[in-house]
This record gives sequence, structure tokens and C-alpha cells, in this order.
Amino acid sequence: MKRINFHRQLPLHLMLLPAIVITLIYCYGPMFGMVMAFQNFDPAAGFLRSSWVGLANFKYLFALTDLRQVIWNTVCIAVMKILLEIGISVLLALLLNEVKNRFFKRIVQTISYFPYFLSWIILGAILREILSYDGFINKALGYLGMHPLMFLGDNHIFQLVLVFSYLWQEVGFGMIVYLAAITWVNPHLYEAAVMDGAGKWAQIFHITLPGICSMIVMMATLSLANVLDAGFNQIYALYSPVVYKSGDIIDTWVYRMGILNTQYSLATAVDLFKSAVSCILISSAYFLSKKFSDYRIF
Amino acid sequence: MVENHSLGRKTFMVLNTLGLGLFAFLCLVPMIHIMALSFSSNMAAGAGEVKLLPVDLSLKAYEFVLNSAHFWQSFLVSIERILVGLPVELFLTIFTAYPLAKEKKDFPARSIYLWFLIISMLFQGGMISTFIVVKSTGLINHLLVLVIPQCINAFNILLMVNFFRNLPKEMIEAASIDGAGHWKILWSIYVPVAIPSIATITVFILVRHWNSWFDGLIYMNDISKYPLQTYLQSLVIQRDTNIMMTKEEAALMALISERTIKAAQVFIASLPILIVYPFLQRYFISGMLMGSVKG
Repeated sequence: MKRINFHRQLPLHLMLLPAIVITLIYCYGPMFGMVMAFQNFDPAAGFLRSSWVGLANFKYLFALTDLRQVIWNTVCIAVMKILLEIGISVLLALLLNEVKNRFFKRIVQTISYFPYFLSWIILGAILREILSYDGFINKALGYLGMHPLMFLGDNHIFQLVLVFSYLWQEVGFGMIVYLAAITWVNPHLYEAAVMDGAGKWAQIFHITLPGICSMIVMMATLSLANVLDAGFNQIYALYSPVVYKSGDIIDTWVYRMGILNTQYSLATAVDLFKSAVSCILISSAYFLSKKFSDYRIF
Repeated sequence: MVENHSLGRKTFMVLNTLGLGLFAFLCLVPMIHIMALSFSSNMAAGAGEVKLLPVDLSLKAYEFVLNSAHFWQSFLVSIERILVGLPVELFLTIFTAYPLAKEKKDFPARSIYLWFLIISMLFQGGMISTFIVVKSTGLINHLLVLVIPQCINAFNILLMVNFFRNLPKEMIEAASIDGAGHWKILWSIYVPVAIPSIATITVFILVRHWNSWFDGLIYMNDISKYPLQTYLQSLVIQRDTNIMMTKEEAALMALISERTIKAAQVFIASLPILIVYPFLQRYFISGMLMGSVKG
């Protein structure tokens, strides 16, 4: 019996084999490769034969003041993005929900959702053109009697440019998600509220918002995992050395240090720090979302 | 009182519609401007006269891009990575999802494999160690480097597993009593029913492949092997204009504005997304929500 069972299961193991091998090499390999944070990594010697240096890389890194600035930038940009994305998406979903004309509703969704599918290279090229010193936005500001701004070259406003261009890409998606959540709210609740004399505001605060609360909590907890991941693609597409002070984040720093300057061990030490913190954030995010909103992807 | 309320309501409805209309318009303005720019003449673009409509309608920029060897070469690399990457990833996703969708009693090792994948999704090695590993597997400068390292996507696999698990058990049991092997059951029962979720995953994979640029940048040493987005990145973001052009092209470029050419390239590179957008809209949301429905 057992033998037959094994014969029956063997094809199942074989089907999994390619995926397991690829995951082992390209996902678990790099996880193991993080040991080079404790090494003076030599590409010719590999992970196993490079010399060990203990915590020397970390000691060196945390003495660097610009790295502190980088971590601060990362958290700042990420938190602004998360809060504004949720706030504005929910607001837009509530407003759009009030619109009765289905055609108009559809048009607004279709247009605002589109940037979500374009890569940051495309979006970055568009933004670099319209935000340039003699670009479209500065021309428009000129008509309003304002001085032109260096949107991508001024440390005071660069973070805001990052946050707003991120919103341009993301709010359409957020809006649709929350709109879907609003339509799942039981319509009888509104009927009952109207009977009791509740106005529009009361309906929004006592029925709609509590109804989509679990979706908001879920989206918020899932983005909690990204606090140290302020958007490499976007920042790479928009920044330049002039705005490193306000726009440099962990991933862009690691990219320049590791790939461009080939300081593999130093860059990996920062990577490892980021992974360790992200790991805690991700675990707690999944735990929280499971607890508060029944969301489970596995 | 009631009159007053309905008047307020009406005012709100008008303002709300106007506000949302303005919001949608603002989302679209940057794209319209780029399109207008790409169809404008060199002079008008240089003088900053172009707003939302082309000024001095001109197709010079498109002429330049369509004749640019580098642009088409990278366009071709993008097509190639999709032609190789899409089937590979799709088949692997289906193969991997099938055993994982089995009941525990039929396949006791299921949960070990499942956790193996979930852990790979939650925790990732850093950028640098991934780079070193990929480099040491010898794929650098080869088309497969854009395909293989990312071809196991745990999120897509879990979507597929959830879909398979919702299929009626009787159908599968009937097939296995008839003596059909796993292979036959997968291809003649699972796959035909799973077409909608296969379509969803296809769309996910297509968009990811078309939009990827970082892998091309760090794994390809040769500019002629850059996919389109990586090529655009070196043109627009690194402003690497010299190595990207032949002498004749550089001479031509002097006659046409750099601005209109970039705009034309951006527009051409977003066309494929624009074309599949109706499908994207339909499948993306349903795919995202599918994950949240069933565990």
C-alpha cells in the first residue's frame, strides 16, 4: 500500500522540483549570501572562503553621518507616502461613491488608474520633462505669477515631489480598492439609517467608514512592511547628486555603494540591517492584518 | 428645511463632479503634454510653446525614433524576454500549483513545500548578494538572466493554488478512478477550467516583464542587450546620449530637438501598456481581490 502511494506521489515531487531548485538558488542563495556583511568579501574567493571580519563593517557604517541621514530620509518619505496614500484614496473613493452617473464614475477610474501600470522609467521621463526649469508646470506657475521652481533640484521640495508623484501613480489603484470595499457594505444598513433620520455625514461616519475599516487596516498593515523600502525605482528615476541630501534612501545608497563602487561587504551590511528590520515589520504586519481583518494570503 | 437640504445636496453634487473631473484631468495632463510635445516641431518645443496640443505638427521625432537602430534593438530584446519569459513562468506556475493544491492526505509533503515558498516570498536576500549569486551562476549578459532568477513568483503560485483548491473535488476523483495520471488530470481537467486565473497571471507577468529595467541595467554589460526600459533609462535618466548613437544619428539629432525625441520614445514605450489596458483593468483588481477571499 505504502509503495503504491509513493509511486502515486513521485510525479508530484518531480513537478515541484524545478521551482524548488530555482527558489533555492535565487532566493535562498542570496539570503545565505548576506553572510558577506560579516566578511571582507572577495568575489574571487566567494561566500565560503572570504575572510571574516566580525562586526567591523557595521561599526564603520554606523559611524557615518550620511548613513543616518539616509535612514531618516527613507523613513520620512515612506511614512508620508503611506499616510497620504490611504487618506487621499479613501477620500476619493467616498466622493466618487456619491456620483450617480455610472459612465462618469467609470471614466474617472479608468483615467486615474492608468499611471499605475507604467514603469517608473516612463513616469520619471515624463516628470523630468514637465518639472524641468523651463517645463510645462513652471510655465503654468508663471501664468499664476509665481517664480519657477527647481522641483528636482531643490532639497526643500524634493521629498514633496516624490510623495506627490507617487500619489499620481498609486491613488487610482487605492481608490478602486476602497470603492470595491464600499460596495460590499450591506445596503440595508443605509436604509435603516435613513429611516432613523441620519444625514449623509452620519451615514459616512457610522456606516461607510466602519464598513471599510477592515480594508483600510489591511492596506495599512501591508504597507507597514515597506517602511524601509521608500521606492527605489521612483527615486532612481528622479534624483540626481544635487538632491542626495533629501532624496537618498537605503536602496539607492546600497546600489551606489555596492554595484557602482563594488564595496560589496559594506553595502550588504546595510542591506542586512534593512532586511532584519523589514523582517520584523513584515511578520508583525501579517500578524496584525490576520488579527484585525481576516486577510490571509496563505 | 427640506428644500434647503436638497439645495445643499445639489450644490455638493455639482462641485463633487467638477472636482473629480478636475482630478481625472490632472492625472492625464502630463501624458497629454508629452504626446503633444512628441508631435510638435523642434522650434515650438524648444521655445516652450507646447501645452496640451501639438504646435506646428511634425513627425520628425517619430521618424528619428523609428529609424534608430538602438531603439529597435532594445524593443526586440523586450519582446524576446516576454516570448521566453512568459511561457516559462506560466508553465512553472501551473506545475508548481498543482501538487500544492492537493489535500494533505493525498500529498503529506505539501505543507513543507508551501512554507518553503512562503518564506522565499517574505524574506529576501539583499540587492548585492542577489547580484553576486546571479553573477556566479554565469547568466550575465545572457537573455536568460532576465527570465530565470525571477520566474518563480510565490504570489502568483498561491493565487493559482487557491483557484485549483476551489475546483469541485468530484470531478477530480472521477478522473482518478478512471485511471488518469496526474499529468492527464492537470492538462485535461485543471487547466481548461483555470483559464480565467491563467489569464490574470499572464497579465501580471506581461506587465512585469515589460516594465522591468533594473535587471537589464545590472546584469547586461552590453548596451545592445538592454531591454527597452533599461535603454530608456540610460537615455533619459543617465543622459548617456553619446554611447547610444551612431555618428549619423548624432548629426540628425542636432537638427531635431532632444525633447521631442524623448517624448516620442516615451510615448512609443507606453503604447503596449495602453493597448492591453482594458484587459489589465479587468484582471488586475479581480486578481488582487482573489488573494483576499480564500486562504
